[in-house]
Amino acid sequence: MDDILQNFFNLDIYISVAPYLLQGLGQTLMLSALVIPVGIVSGLAIGVLSITLKRRWARLLLAIYIDFFRALPPLVLLIFIYFGTPFLGLDLPKLLAVAIGFMLNNSSYYGEVFRAGLESVPKGQVEAARSTGLSAVQTLWYVQIPQATRNVMPDLISNTLEVVKLTTLASAVAMPELLRVARDAQSLVYNPSPIVLAALFYLALLWPVVRLLSRFEHRNLGAKG
Amino acid sequence: MDLKALQFSFFNAEIAWRYLPDILQGMWMTIQLGVAVAATGLALGLLLAIVRALRVTPINFFIVCFADILRALPPLVVIMVLFFAFPYIQMPMSAFTATWLSLSLVLAAFAEEIFWAGILSVPKGQAEAARSTGLSWLQSMAFVVMPQAFRLTVAPLTNRVIAITKSTALGSVVGLSEVLNNAQSASSNAGNATPLTLAAIACLIIFVPVVLLGRWTETRFKWTH
Repeated sequence: MDDILQNFFNLDIYISVAPYLLQGLGQTLMLSALVIPVGIVSGLAIGVLSITLKRRWARLLLAIYIDFFRALPPLVLLIFIYFGTPFLGLDLPKLLAVAIGFMLNNSSYYGEVFRAGLESVPKGQVEAARSTGLSAVQTLWYVQIPQATRNVMPDLISNTLEVVKLTTLASAVAMPELLRVARDAQSLVYNPSPIVLAALFYLALLWPVVRLLSRFEHRNLGAKG
Repeated sequence: MDLKALQFSFFNAEIAWRYLPDILQGMWMTIQLGVAVAATGLALGLLLAIVRALRVTPINFFIVCFADILRALPPLVVIMVLFFAFPYIQMPMSAFTATWLSLSLVLAAFAEEIFWAGILSVPKGQAEAARSTGLSWLQSMAFVVMPQAFRLTVAPLTNRVIAITKSTALGSVVGLSEVLNNAQSASSNAGNATPLTLAAIACLIIFVPVVLLGRWTETRFKWTH
Protein backbone atom coordinates (compact mmCIF):
# COMPACT_ATOMS: atom_id res chain seq x y z
CA MET A 1 0.00 0.00 0.00
CA ASP A 2 2.84 2.33 0.90
CA ASP A 3 4.47 1.41 -2.37
CA ILE A 4 1.39 2.45 -4.28
CA LEU A 5 1.11 5.79 -2.49
CA GLN A 6 4.80 6.43 -2.94
CA ASN A 7 4.93 5.57 -6.64
CA PHE A 8 1.46 6.32 -8.00
CA PHE A 9 0.05 9.08 -5.85
CA ASN A 10 3.15 10.91 -4.63
CA LEU A 11 1.85 14.35 -3.69
CA ASP A 12 5.27 16.03 -3.60
CA ILE A 13 5.93 14.87 -7.13
CA TYR A 14 2.41 15.80 -8.21
CA ILE A 15 3.01 19.35 -7.02
CA SER A 16 6.40 19.67 -8.67
CA VAL A 17 5.33 18.30 -12.06
CA ALA A 18 1.84 19.84 -12.18
CA PRO A 19 2.96 23.00 -14.07
CA TYR A 20 4.54 20.91 -16.87
CA LEU A 21 1.56 18.62 -17.07
CA LEU A 22 -0.77 21.59 -17.29
CA GLN A 23 1.26 22.86 -20.22
CA GLY A 24 0.94 19.42 -21.79
CA LEU A 25 -2.80 19.51 -21.17
CA GLY A 26 -2.87 22.88 -22.94
CA GLN A 27 -1.15 21.29 -25.96
CA THR A 28 -3.63 18.39 -25.90
CA LEU A 29 -6.55 20.84 -25.89
CA MET A 30 -4.95 22.95 -28.61
CA LEU A 31 -4.37 19.86 -30.74
CA SER A 32 -7.96 18.70 -30.18
CA ALA A 33 -9.25 22.16 -31.09
CA LEU A 34 -7.37 21.83 -34.36
CA VAL A 35 -8.13 18.24 -35.38
CA ILE A 36 -11.79 18.00 -34.30
CA PRO A 37 -13.14 20.82 -36.53
CA VAL A 38 -10.94 19.66 -39.44
CA GLY A 39 -12.25 16.11 -38.98
CA ILE A 40 -15.88 17.20 -38.75
CA VAL A 41 -15.72 19.43 -41.83
CA SER A 42 -13.90 16.87 -43.98
CA GLY A 43 -16.17 14.11 -42.65
CA LEU A 44 -19.25 16.15 -43.52
CA ALA A 45 -17.87 16.60 -47.03
CA ILE A 46 -17.38 12.82 -47.32
CA GLY A 47 -20.85 12.16 -45.92
CA VAL A 48 -22.47 14.56 -48.42
CA LEU A 49 -20.44 13.03 -51.27
CA SER A 50 -21.54 9.54 -50.32
CA ILE A 51 -25.24 10.43 -50.63
CA THR A 52 -24.89 12.60 -53.74
CA LEU A 53 -22.46 10.63 -55.90
CA LYS A 54 -24.42 8.54 -58.35
CA ARG A 55 -21.82 7.11 -60.70
CA ARG A 56 -20.68 3.62 -59.85
CA TRP A 57 -16.95 4.25 -60.16
CA ALA A 58 -17.15 7.42 -58.07
CA ARG A 59 -18.98 5.58 -55.30
CA LEU A 60 -16.44 2.78 -55.48
CA LEU A 61 -13.52 5.23 -55.17
CA LEU A 62 -15.14 6.85 -52.15
CA ALA A 63 -15.75 3.47 -50.50
CA ILE A 64 -12.11 2.54 -51.09
CA TYR A 65 -10.94 5.83 -49.55
CA ILE A 66 -13.12 5.32 -46.47
CA ASP A 67 -12.24 1.67 -45.93
CA PHE A 68 -8.54 2.28 -46.60
CA PHE A 69 -8.29 4.74 -43.74
CA ARG A 70 -10.59 2.73 -41.50
CA ALA A 71 -8.33 -0.29 -41.94
CA LEU A 72 -5.02 1.52 -41.43
CA PRO A 73 -4.20 1.91 -37.72
CA PRO A 74 -3.88 5.65 -37.00
CA LEU A 75 -0.45 5.20 -35.40
CA VAL A 76 0.85 3.44 -38.52
CA LEU A 77 -0.49 6.31 -40.64
CA LEU A 78 1.05 8.92 -38.38
CA ILE A 79 4.47 7.22 -38.28
CA PHE A 80 4.36 6.76 -42.04
CA ILE A 81 3.67 10.45 -42.61
CA TYR A 82 6.12 11.72 -40.01
CA PHE A 83 9.06 9.40 -40.67
CA GLY A 84 8.33 8.77 -44.34
CA THR A 85 8.04 12.30 -45.73
CA PRO A 86 11.64 13.32 -44.92
CA PHE A 87 12.73 10.68 -47.45
CA LEU A 88 10.91 12.76 -50.05
CA GLY A 89 12.97 15.74 -49.01
CA LEU A 90 9.94 17.22 -47.27
CA ASP A 91 10.42 18.33 -43.72
CA LEU A 92 6.92 18.58 -42.33
CA PRO A 93 6.51 20.39 -39.02
CA LYS A 94 5.25 17.96 -36.36
CA LEU A 95 1.93 19.72 -35.99
CA LEU A 96 1.27 19.56 -39.73
CA ALA A 97 2.17 15.84 -39.91
CA VAL A 98 -0.17 15.10 -37.02
CA ALA A 99 -2.93 17.25 -38.52
CA ILE A 100 -2.71 15.50 -41.89
CA GLY A 101 -2.71 12.03 -40.30
CA PHE A 102 -5.71 12.90 -38.15
CA MET A 103 -7.57 14.45 -41.06
CA LEU A 104 -7.17 11.35 -43.24
CA ASN A 105 -8.18 9.03 -40.41
CA ASN A 106 -11.00 11.12 -38.92
CA SER A 107 -12.64 12.11 -42.20
CA SER A 108 -13.46 8.43 -42.79
CA TYR A 109 -15.00 7.95 -39.38
CA TYR A 110 -16.92 11.23 -39.27
CA GLY A 111 -17.87 10.57 -42.91
CA GLU A 112 -19.55 7.27 -42.01
CA VAL A 113 -21.41 8.94 -39.13
CA PHE A 114 -22.68 11.78 -41.33
CA ARG A 115 -23.66 9.34 -44.08
CA ALA A 116 -25.79 7.37 -41.63
CA GLY A 117 -27.32 10.65 -40.44
CA LEU A 118 -28.08 11.95 -43.92
CA GLU A 119 -29.61 8.61 -44.91
CA SER A 120 -31.88 8.77 -41.87
CA VAL A 121 -33.57 11.97 -43.09
CA PRO A 122 -36.85 10.96 -44.81
CA LYS A 123 -37.03 11.59 -48.58
CA GLY A 124 -40.24 13.55 -48.12
CA GLN A 125 -38.27 16.23 -46.28
CA VAL A 126 -36.04 16.80 -49.29
CA GLU A 127 -38.96 16.73 -51.72
CA ALA A 128 -40.95 19.17 -49.60
CA ALA A 129 -37.97 21.50 -49.29
CA ARG A 130 -37.32 21.42 -53.04
CA SER A 131 -40.99 22.06 -53.81
CA THR A 132 -40.96 25.24 -51.71
CA GLY A 133 -38.31 26.55 -54.09
CA LEU A 134 -35.10 25.82 -52.14
CA SER A 135 -32.15 24.83 -54.30
CA ALA A 136 -30.43 21.47 -53.78
CA VAL A 137 -27.61 23.16 -51.86
CA GLN A 138 -30.05 25.12 -49.71
CA THR A 139 -31.99 21.93 -49.00
CA LEU A 140 -28.80 20.21 -47.95
CA TRP A 141 -27.70 23.06 -45.71
CA TYR A 142 -31.02 24.10 -44.13
CA VAL A 143 -32.97 20.82 -44.09
CA GLN A 144 -30.85 17.69 -44.42
CA ILE A 145 -27.68 18.50 -42.47
CA PRO A 146 -29.41 19.93 -39.36
CA GLN A 147 -31.69 16.90 -39.06
CA ALA A 148 -28.90 14.46 -39.87
CA THR A 149 -26.65 16.01 -37.22
CA ARG A 150 -29.36 15.79 -34.59
CA ASN A 151 -30.12 12.16 -35.45
CA VAL A 152 -26.51 11.01 -35.05
CA MET A 153 -25.50 13.34 -32.21
CA PRO A 154 -24.51 10.48 -29.84
CA ASP A 155 -22.27 8.96 -32.52
CA LEU A 156 -20.72 12.35 -33.24
CA ILE A 157 -19.93 12.88 -29.58
CA SER A 158 -18.61 9.35 -29.20
CA ASN A 159 -16.37 9.80 -32.23
CA THR A 160 -15.12 13.12 -30.93
CA LEU A 161 -14.26 11.46 -27.62
CA GLU A 162 -12.20 8.91 -29.54
CA VAL A 163 -10.42 11.71 -31.38
CA VAL A 164 -9.40 13.41 -28.14
CA LYS A 165 -8.11 10.06 -26.87
CA LEU A 166 -6.19 9.60 -30.13
CA THR A 167 -4.25 12.82 -29.58
CA THR A 168 -2.05 10.72 -27.26
CA LEU A 169 -0.57 9.20 -30.43
CA ALA A 170 1.14 12.52 -31.10
CA SER A 171 3.44 11.59 -28.20
CA ALA A 172 4.97 8.97 -30.51
CA VAL A 173 6.33 11.74 -32.74
CA ALA A 174 7.58 13.68 -29.70
CA MET A 175 4.87 16.30 -29.64
CA PRO A 176 4.81 17.70 -26.11
CA GLU A 177 1.17 16.89 -25.34
CA LEU A 178 -0.03 15.64 -21.95
CA LEU A 179 1.12 12.03 -22.21
CA ARG A 180 4.51 12.95 -23.64
CA VAL A 181 5.36 15.50 -20.93
CA ALA A 182 4.23 12.98 -18.30
CA ARG A 183 6.62 10.38 -19.74
CA ASP A 184 9.45 12.90 -19.82
CA ALA A 185 8.71 13.97 -16.25
CA GLN A 186 8.68 10.34 -15.14
CA SER A 187 12.18 9.74 -16.48
CA LEU A 188 13.39 12.88 -14.71
CA VAL A 189 12.02 12.04 -11.26
CA TYR A 190 12.47 8.24 -11.45
CA ASN A 191 8.92 7.79 -10.26
CA PRO A 192 5.82 6.91 -12.29
CA SER A 193 3.51 9.32 -10.42
CA PRO A 194 3.49 11.80 -13.36
CA ILE A 195 1.96 9.17 -15.65
CA VAL A 196 -0.71 8.39 -13.08
CA LEU A 197 -1.36 12.13 -12.69
CA ALA A 198 -1.72 12.43 -16.48
CA ALA A 199 -4.23 9.57 -16.37
CA LEU A 200 -6.17 11.49 -13.70
CA PHE A 201 -6.14 14.58 -15.94
CA TYR A 202 -7.57 12.55 -18.82
CA LEU A 203 -10.23 11.14 -16.52
CA ALA A 204 -11.22 14.60 -15.30
CA LEU A 205 -11.44 15.81 -18.89
CA LEU A 206 -13.24 12.85 -20.46
CA TRP A 207 -15.30 11.12 -17.75
CA PRO A 208 -18.11 13.71 -18.05
CA VAL A 209 -18.30 12.99 -21.79
CA VAL A 210 -18.54 9.25 -21.14
CA ARG A 211 -21.37 9.86 -18.63
CA LEU A 212 -23.18 12.07 -21.14
CA LEU A 213 -22.92 9.31 -23.74
CA SER A 214 -24.26 6.66 -21.38
CA ARG A 215 -27.24 8.89 -20.67
CA PHE A 216 -27.88 9.27 -24.42
CA GLU A 217 -27.72 5.51 -24.94
CA HIS A 218 -30.09 4.68 -22.12
CA ARG A 219 -32.53 7.37 -23.19
CA ASN A 220 -32.60 5.93 -26.71
CA LEU A 221 -33.33 2.47 -25.35
CA GLY A 222 -36.09 3.92 -23.19
CA ALA A 223 -37.68 5.44 -26.27
CA LYS A 224 -37.51 2.09 -28.07
CA GLY A 225 -38.92 0.06 -25.23
CA MET B 1 10.93 15.37 -56.37
CA ASP B 2 11.04 12.79 -59.14
CA LEU B 3 9.42 9.42 -59.44
CA LYS B 4 12.75 7.58 -59.32
CA ALA B 5 13.49 8.98 -55.84
CA LEU B 6 9.98 8.13 -54.70
CA GLN B 7 10.36 4.58 -55.93
CA PHE B 8 13.82 4.25 -54.37
CA SER B 9 12.67 5.48 -50.93
CA PHE B 10 9.23 3.92 -50.64
CA PHE B 11 9.05 0.96 -53.03
CA ASN B 12 12.59 -0.36 -52.99
CA ALA B 13 12.37 -4.02 -54.01
CA GLU B 14 15.78 -4.97 -52.67
CA ILE B 15 15.11 -3.49 -49.22
CA ALA B 16 11.57 -4.87 -49.18
CA TRP B 17 12.97 -8.35 -49.83
CA ARG B 18 15.63 -7.97 -47.12
CA TYR B 19 13.20 -6.91 -44.39
CA LEU B 20 10.21 -9.00 -45.44
CA PRO B 21 10.89 -11.69 -42.78
CA ASP B 22 10.85 -9.02 -40.03
CA ILE B 23 7.56 -7.64 -41.29
CA LEU B 24 6.02 -11.12 -41.53
CA GLN B 25 7.11 -11.91 -37.98
CA GLY B 26 5.59 -8.62 -36.86
CA MET B 27 2.36 -9.45 -38.67
CA TRP B 28 2.16 -12.78 -36.88
CA MET B 29 2.64 -11.01 -33.54
CA THR B 30 -0.05 -8.45 -34.45
CA ILE B 31 -2.50 -11.21 -35.37
CA GLN B 32 -1.82 -13.21 -32.21
CA LEU B 33 -2.21 -10.14 -30.05
CA GLY B 34 -5.37 -9.05 -31.87
CA VAL B 35 -7.02 -12.45 -31.46
CA ALA B 36 -6.00 -12.68 -27.79
CA VAL B 37 -7.36 -9.18 -27.07
CA ALA B 38 -10.64 -9.87 -28.86
CA ALA B 39 -11.14 -13.18 -27.00
CA THR B 40 -10.35 -11.99 -23.46
CA GLY B 41 -11.97 -8.58 -23.92
CA LEU B 42 -15.26 -9.95 -25.22
CA ALA B 43 -15.39 -12.74 -22.62
CA LEU B 44 -14.74 -10.36 -19.74
CA GLY B 45 -17.24 -7.83 -21.12
CA LEU B 46 -19.94 -10.49 -21.43
CA LEU B 47 -19.25 -11.75 -17.92
CA LEU B 48 -19.48 -8.23 -16.47
CA ALA B 49 -22.76 -7.53 -18.29
CA ILE B 50 -24.29 -10.76 -16.97
CA VAL B 51 -23.14 -10.00 -13.44
CA ARG B 52 -24.60 -6.51 -13.84
CA ALA B 53 -27.94 -8.07 -14.79
CA LEU B 54 -28.09 -9.60 -11.29
CA ARG B 55 -28.59 -5.98 -10.15
CA VAL B 56 -26.58 -6.10 -6.96
CA THR B 57 -26.07 -2.38 -6.27
CA PRO B 58 -22.55 -2.37 -4.75
CA ILE B 59 -21.19 -4.70 -7.45
CA ASN B 60 -22.87 -2.69 -10.20
CA PHE B 61 -21.31 0.49 -8.85
CA PHE B 62 -17.87 -1.04 -9.40
CA ILE B 63 -18.77 -2.34 -12.84
CA VAL B 64 -20.03 1.07 -13.94
CA CYS B 65 -16.89 2.76 -12.57
CA PHE B 66 -14.67 0.23 -14.34
CA ALA B 67 -16.52 0.69 -17.63
CA ASP B 68 -16.49 4.49 -17.33
CA ILE B 69 -12.82 4.79 -16.45
CA LEU B 70 -11.60 2.49 -19.20
CA ARG B 71 -13.81 4.16 -21.76
CA ALA B 72 -12.54 7.60 -20.72
CA LEU B 73 -8.80 6.80 -20.63
CA PRO B 74 -6.87 6.76 -23.90
CA PRO B 75 -5.62 3.16 -24.45
CA LEU B 76 -2.04 4.39 -24.79
CA VAL B 77 -2.25 5.89 -21.29
CA VAL B 78 -3.45 2.54 -19.89
CA ILE B 79 -0.56 0.76 -21.61
CA MET B 80 1.94 3.29 -20.24
CA VAL B 81 0.60 2.97 -16.70
CA LEU B 82 0.79 -0.83 -16.79
CA PHE B 83 4.17 -0.98 -18.48
CA PHE B 84 6.03 1.89 -16.80
CA ALA B 85 4.30 2.28 -13.44
CA PHE B 86 3.45 -1.26 -12.35
CA PRO B 87 7.08 -2.41 -12.14
CA TYR B 88 7.46 0.08 -9.27
CA ILE B 89 4.92 -1.86 -7.20
CA GLN B 90 6.63 -5.19 -7.89
CA MET B 91 4.39 -6.08 -10.78
CA PRO B 92 6.65 -5.90 -13.82
CA MET B 93 5.16 -7.13 -17.05
CA SER B 94 6.41 -7.76 -20.55
CA ALA B 95 5.47 -5.47 -23.43
CA PHE B 96 3.14 -8.21 -24.69
CA THR B 97 1.38 -8.68 -21.34
CA ALA B 98 1.01 -4.93 -20.80
CA THR B 99 -0.44 -4.34 -24.28
CA TRP B 100 -2.67 -7.42 -24.18
CA LEU B 101 -3.99 -6.67 -20.70
CA SER B 102 -4.60 -2.97 -21.39
CA LEU B 103 -6.43 -3.50 -24.64
CA SER B 104 -8.43 -6.41 -23.18
CA LEU B 105 -9.58 -4.23 -20.28
CA VAL B 106 -10.51 -1.38 -22.64
CA LEU B 107 -12.43 -3.74 -24.92
CA ALA B 108 -14.14 -5.36 -21.91
CA ALA B 109 -15.36 -1.93 -20.76
CA PHE B 110 -16.90 -1.12 -24.15
CA ALA B 111 -18.24 -4.65 -24.63
CA GLU B 112 -19.87 -4.62 -21.19
CA GLU B 113 -21.77 -1.43 -22.09
CA ILE B 114 -22.87 -2.84 -25.45
CA PHE B 115 -24.00 -6.19 -23.98
CA TRP B 116 -25.78 -4.34 -21.20
CA ALA B 117 -27.64 -2.15 -23.69
CA GLY B 118 -28.59 -5.36 -25.51
CA ILE B 119 -29.88 -6.99 -22.33
CA LEU B 120 -31.93 -3.88 -21.49
CA SER B 121 -33.47 -3.91 -24.96
CA VAL B 122 -35.12 -7.30 -24.35
CA PRO B 123 -38.54 -6.71 -22.76
CA LYS B 124 -38.71 -7.75 -19.09
CA GLY B 125 -41.68 -10.03 -19.81
CA GLN B 126 -39.40 -12.33 -21.78
CA ALA B 127 -37.19 -13.11 -18.80
CA GLU B 128 -40.20 -13.36 -16.49
CA ALA B 129 -41.99 -15.75 -18.82
CA ALA B 130 -38.83 -17.85 -19.13
CA ARG B 131 -38.44 -18.00 -15.36
CA SER B 132 -42.10 -18.97 -14.88
CA THR B 133 -41.69 -21.94 -17.21
CA GLY B 134 -39.13 -23.26 -14.74
CA LEU B 135 -35.88 -22.13 -16.33
CA SER B 136 -33.24 -21.01 -13.87
CA TRP B 137 -32.01 -17.38 -13.96
CA LEU B 138 -28.87 -18.41 -15.81
CA GLN B 139 -30.83 -20.56 -18.28
CA SER B 140 -33.27 -17.76 -19.03
CA MET B 141 -30.30 -15.46 -19.57
CA ALA B 142 -28.49 -17.91 -21.84
CA PHE B 143 -31.41 -19.26 -23.87
CA VAL B 144 -33.93 -16.41 -23.90
CA VAL B 145 -32.40 -13.00 -23.18
CA MET B 146 -28.92 -13.18 -24.72
CA PRO B 147 -30.01 -14.66 -28.08
CA GLN B 148 -32.43 -11.75 -28.50
CA ALA B 149 -29.89 -9.20 -27.29
CA PHE B 150 -27.30 -10.56 -29.72
CA ARG B 151 -28.91 -8.97 -32.76
CA LEU B 152 -28.59 -5.48 -31.33
CA THR B 153 -25.04 -5.97 -30.12
CA VAL B 154 -23.31 -7.61 -33.05
CA ALA B 155 -22.72 -4.52 -35.23
CA PRO B 156 -21.42 -2.16 -32.53
CA LEU B 157 -19.36 -5.00 -31.03
CA THR B 158 -17.73 -5.76 -34.38
CA ASN B 159 -16.85 -2.11 -34.89
CA ARG B 160 -15.39 -1.84 -31.41
CA VAL B 161 -13.37 -5.03 -31.82
CA ILE B 162 -11.96 -3.64 -35.08
CA ALA B 163 -11.04 -0.33 -33.47
CA ILE B 164 -9.30 -2.03 -30.56
CA THR B 165 -7.45 -4.70 -32.52
CA LYS B 166 -6.09 -1.84 -34.66
CA SER B 167 -4.72 -0.37 -31.43
CA THR B 168 -2.31 -3.32 -31.21
CA ALA B 169 0.03 -0.95 -33.09
CA LEU B 170 0.30 0.95 -29.79
CA GLY B 171 2.41 -1.93 -28.50
CA SER B 172 5.25 -0.51 -30.60
CA VAL B 173 5.50 2.39 -28.14
CA VAL B 174 6.53 0.02 -25.33
CA GLY B 175 8.83 -1.97 -27.63
CA LEU B 176 6.60 -4.91 -28.55
CA SER B 177 7.94 -6.37 -31.78
CA GLU B 178 4.71 -6.16 -33.75
CA VAL B 179 4.53 -5.01 -37.32
CA LEU B 180 4.94 -1.25 -36.80
CA ASN B 181 7.85 -1.54 -34.38
CA ASN B 182 9.70 -4.00 -36.62
CA ALA B 183 9.13 -1.72 -39.60
CA GLN B 184 10.39 1.33 -37.73
CA SER B 185 13.63 -0.33 -36.69
CA ALA B 186 14.08 -1.77 -40.18
CA SER B 187 13.46 1.65 -41.66
CA SER B 188 16.06 3.36 -39.48
CA ASN B 189 18.57 0.53 -40.08
CA ALA B 190 18.11 0.73 -43.83
CA GLY B 191 17.82 4.50 -43.99
CA ASN B 192 14.85 3.96 -46.26
CA ALA B 193 11.09 4.24 -45.89
CA THR B 194 10.25 1.02 -47.73
CA PRO B 195 9.74 -1.02 -44.52
CA LEU B 196 7.14 1.56 -43.44
CA THR B 197 5.34 1.04 -46.75
CA LEU B 198 5.46 -2.71 -46.09
CA ALA B 199 4.00 -2.16 -42.62
CA ALA B 200 1.14 -0.11 -44.04
CA ILE B 201 0.46 -2.83 -46.62
CA ALA B 202 0.67 -5.53 -43.93
CA CYS B 203 -1.90 -3.68 -41.82
CA LEU B 204 -4.19 -3.32 -44.81
CA ILE B 205 -3.89 -7.05 -45.49
CA ILE B 206 -4.85 -7.80 -41.89
CA PHE B 207 -7.56 -5.20 -41.36
CA VAL B 208 -9.32 -4.63 -44.72
CA PRO B 209 -11.06 -8.05 -44.47
CA VAL B 210 -12.05 -7.19 -40.90
CA VAL B 211 -13.46 -3.81 -41.92
CA LEU B 212 -15.43 -5.44 -44.74
CA LEU B 213 -16.73 -8.02 -42.27
CA GLY B 214 -17.83 -5.12 -40.06
CA ARG B 215 -19.72 -3.54 -42.97
CA TRP B 216 -21.41 -6.86 -43.68
CA THR B 217 -22.55 -7.32 -40.07
CA GLU B 218 -23.96 -3.78 -40.13
CA THR B 219 -26.30 -4.60 -43.00
CA ARG B 220 -26.92 -8.22 -42.02
CA PHE B 221 -27.99 -7.41 -38.47
CA LYS B 222 -29.56 -4.03 -39.14
CA TRP B 223 -31.84 -3.05 -36.30
CA THR B 224 -35.32 -2.53 -37.64
CA HIS B 225 -38.28 -2.04 -35.40
